[in-house]
Amino acid sequence: MVTSGWKVGTVTATRTQTPTGRSIDLAVPGWPGNVAGQHVDVRLTAPDGYRAVRSYSLASSGPGESIQLAVDRLPEGEVSPYLVDDLRPGDQLEFRGPLGGWFVWRPEQVENVQLIGGGSGVVPLVAMVRSHAAGGSAAKFRLLYSVRAPEDAFFADELAALANDTFELTWAYTRTVPAGWPTPPGRVNRELVERVTFAPSPNLMTFICGPTGFVEAVSNILVDTGHDPARVKTERFGGA
Amino acid sequence: MPANLDGNVLAGPLSEVFQFDSTTALVECMHCGDVKVFAVAQVWEDPMGLVARCSTCAEVLMTVVETATGTVIELRGIASLRVQSEAVAD
Ligand SMILES: Cc1cc2nc3c(=O)[nH]c(=O)nc-3n(C[C@H](O)[C@H](O)[C@H](O)COP(=O)(O)OP(=O)(O)OC[C@H]3O[C@@H](n4cnc5c(N)ncnc54)[C@H](O)[C@@H]3O)c2cc1C
Ligand SMILES: [Zn+2]
Repeated sequence: MVTSGWKVGTVTATRTQTPTGRSIDLAVPGWPGNVAGQHVDVRLTAPDGYRAVRSYSLASSGPGESIQLAVDRLPEGEVSPYLVDDLRPGDQLEFRGPLGGWFVWRPEQVENVQLIGGGSGVVPLVAMVRSHAAGGSAAKFRLLYSVRAPEDAFFADELAALANDTFELTWAYTRTVPAGWPTPPGRVNRELVERVTFAPSPNLMTFICGPTGFVEAVSNILVDTGHDPARVKTERFGGA
Repeated sequence: MPANLDGNVLAGPLSEVFQFDSTTALVECMHCGDVKVFAVAQVWEDPMGLVARCSTCAEVLMTVVETATGTVIELRGIASLRVQSEAVAD
């Protein structure tokens, strides 16, 4: 599971996902495969030798020599604007991974799963949803996905198409709601969590991922409403 | 103030030093004695590098600095580290 050292992938495709984000497909000869939820560390090297390293979750999982990332651009960022605006098919990207064996979901897990993602924090959760759908697992999945506005959602069409009786998808809009939406925009709060997510249970695993403030707020709500902290896994992307 | 990041982000830097997955390792805090998986440690991004603190008592567990010539870790506040096999890693 742990593979150290830097590897090189070649960009095979990019796709605009949101006004500020896109997905990036890479061909990686010798990729060992990965579990849903893992990430890689991407390393950029400037002509003068200056290096910057950032972590990016894998939207893909399983065997095979192609992987997918999805990146949101931070306006003043060092790394994300390059990945979103400049990287082209045929370009090479240096990275290490797959990394992390804790914030992961394996197809053989049988308990129900609640996923809660904010913004690009949905990326590792998308890998879990895809892995769940591909494996025909009987575990029940729910995803609560918080975005600023409808157009800010990564993989929106694919997620909507995957919804069925074992995968339930709920949207939360913090700034702009679609026309005719029954509630005004707002942050994920206790009322919403209690209404649309699984109730506390020893047969439940919850994964929360997104900007640090989002993860802190949502995990506090879950623990306050009776969830066992040991069954709530969190991954913080940084920021406020 | 909440920590900037958590122990998940240490998986890459520590993979340069350890052969095991650091995020599932059980870390015993030297200060308060609490034992938790490393993934839940609070991690601050400091200009010098990454600083991992105990999520219970906030004392420093470890610092990690990656430089052009290698990785330097200081295990300042870790009393013990228990590496979990994959079968029990969940
Ligand atoms: C384990 C892990 C997985 C990650 N996976 C993804 C992923 O799949 N997709 C993705 O887009 N990002 C992901 N991130 C975040 C990513 O690593 C970078 O932090 C992000 O792309 C910003 O990098 P940058 O160099 O562009 O900005 P920087 O130059 O590092 O930062 C610019 C400014 O923005 C602030 N900032 C940093 N992060 C955020 C944030 N999330 N929200 C608001 N402000 C912020 C910083 O404090 C700084 O002031 C992940 C982070 C971690 C720890
Ligand atoms: Zn402690």
